[in-house]
Amino acid sequence: MTDAPAPAPFVGPLSDKDRIFTNVHGFQDWGIDAAMKRGDWDNTKALLDIGQDAIIDIMKASNLRGRGGAGFPTGMKWSFMPKESKDGRPSFLVINADESEPGSCKDREIIRHDPHKLIEGALVAGFAMRARAAYIYIRGEFIYEAKVLFAAVEQAYAKGFIGKNACGSGYDFDVFVHRGAGAYICGEETAQIESLEGKKGQPRLKPPFPAGAGLYGCPTTVNNVESIAVSPTILRRGAAWFNSFGRENNRGTKLFQISGHVNKPCVIEESMSIPFRELIDRHCGGIRGGWDNLLAVIPGGSSVPLVPAREIMDAPMDFDGLRALGSGLGTAAVIVMDKSTDIVRAISRLSYFYKHESCGQCTPCREGTGWMWRVMERLRSGEADLSEIDMLQEVTKQVEGHTICALGDAAAWPIQGLIRHFRPEIERRITENKGGAPMMEAAE
Amino acid sequence: MADAPHIPDEAETRARWGAFAWSAENAEQVKVIIGRYPPGRQQSAVMPLLDLAQRQVGAETQTQGWLPVPVMEYIGDQLDMPYMRVYEVATFYTMYNLAPVGRYHVQVCGTTPCMLRGSDDVFAACKNKGLVKGATTPDGLFTLTEVECLGACANAPMVQINDDNFEDLTYDSMSAVLETLAAGGQPKIGPQIDRQTSCPEGGPTALKEMATENHDYRGDWA
Repeated sequence: MTDAPAPAPFVGPLSDKDRIFTNVHGFQDWGIDAAMKRGDWDNTKALLDIGQDAIIDIMKASNLRGRGGAGFPTGMKWSFMPKESKDGRPSFLVINADESEPGSCKDREIIRHDPHKLIEGALVAGFAMRARAAYIYIRGEFIYEAKVLFAAVEQAYAKGFIGKNACGSGYDFDVFVHRGAGAYICGEETAQIESLEGKKGQPRLKPPFPAGAGLYGCPTTVNNVESIAVSPTILRRGAAWFNSFGRENNRGTKLFQISGHVNKPCVIEESMSIPFRELIDRHCGGIRGGWDNLLAVIPGGSSVPLVPAREIMDAPMDFDGLRALGSGLGTAAVIVMDKSTDIVRAISRLSYFYKHESCGQCTPCREGTGWMWRVMERLRSGEADLSEIDMLQEVTKQVEGHTICALGDAAAWPIQGLIRHFRPEIERRITENKGGAPMMEAAE
Repeated sequence: MADAPHIPDEAETRARWGAFAWSAENAEQVKVIIGRYPPGRQQSAVMPLLDLAQRQVGAETQTQGWLPVPVMEYIGDQLDMPYMRVYEVATFYTMYNLAPVGRYHVQVCGTTPCMLRGSDDVFAACKNKGLVKGATTPDGLFTLTEVECLGACANAPMVQINDDNFEDLTYDSMSAVLETLAAGGQPKIGPQIDRQTSCPEGGPTALKEMATENHDYRGDWA
């Protein structure tokens, strides 16, 4: 806990003038004319005139950390791309819109309500990293969202903002949309590249990293939708502006997605590091049944461990603050659970999710996810033996870190979080199912 | 795979779909799709083409559509891919139906965020209307599938029926959606409660000007 920065006094909620996604709830038209009235595509040529390396420097100075879950600094990621092609290979930008992490629903709002922020960001980012084109990989189930995105890309071509001589800059840049077809694993960057190449979405071993050999063997950067969509605004308003929100190392604004047992679930842009209580009270109408009714929260999408109520209530919602609680910000998909929740079932359902979504490539994950789910179901019903709790914990450690991609880790962590914080509840079910309460007999 | 679908009888399928070819409109669309990828990388088009084929089969059978083996072979030939590479893709991704489905494919999300908000009630509503998980109703109208997170968690619980999302469901509103579809109607898409997309119920807590006008906030930039 000592490595977390000192909590800065919370300066208050984000004001409307500092919100990047002004049409996030889709009250207004997503089309290009309406978007331009809101400030998108406003002299984008001037942003490109900043220069490729200078854009990357501003992005680095903004301290934007990738919004897809891992939180890797975006500017640094862009800087890994080759500055010139020595062998004629083009570079590609791949934008990850395969939003499938349970709890996450922010990219959907960007794409269906503010798609031009994404397309403008694609041009700016692609230009900065000297990419020839961007492929936006949108999950297959976002059918309406993909329709909007295809149409928005066409609008941008019609205005000359992308394509040959994009925005009159002399730079040629294409944007293509590629629809997935239902596979969580394609949100992993190398699986996404495989899928874009028309194959099964099974992750590749790294190295080589995508910046060296990615899509079609060419240098590729894979970025989350939100990371790309905020970049034009950062360039317009400056790194200092973005740095004025959140704590050190956790800067900027962020789309939070609150689901589960709050009175009013919603998607809302807020300052990073906003305390959990402030976020819920201000935008979600509080916890269902009041704050005393809060049981636990999964603060960053299904892959991060849950945090019990007393620990999260006043915690800052950012990368370091949640890591200090043994969890993570992930995609800022906040799943709230009140005391009516069957917590073992809630986590067991996530285990089923990972079993369903394992690509089957690595044995520890393919076999482990199914095994872990079956044991979780035994814990849920209480028919397991007490020793199975430790056995399950041991197996999660055998899966974690022993697979090509992070899906194995993601399947292990929710279970580890459950055992860490709710072991007495699991034990209670087992002992009750055996028809007795050995704890009470011990007094004799 | 224990939950692998029963692949329909091969001879019958060949007789019905052996002569599959793109409709005139889709043939144009295929050219556009292949054009999105660099020359020689036409394999990238396999996913959109499978989707397009499933939709064409759907239009011809008045269902959501599925992918008979001869159709996959047709796509493989077109993209210069071995059939097995196409089959691999079709079996890997959940949105490709490997067996016929009903007119409406009712895909109820059962993952934790929806579960917390009452997806059990949504399944109960389906069951009450005679829908059985993994099966098609005898009248061929509904196929019920439990799916994993569809990415609308702030509007949970939700269901995707063919191309449309129905969100913020209850037992009653899910029943109403199924009844409207069964009667040949089109239920209202999106949230089934009085709510603007993923905005908090009861009205926005921020950006209130946007509710009534396309407000430009740049005038307030410091």
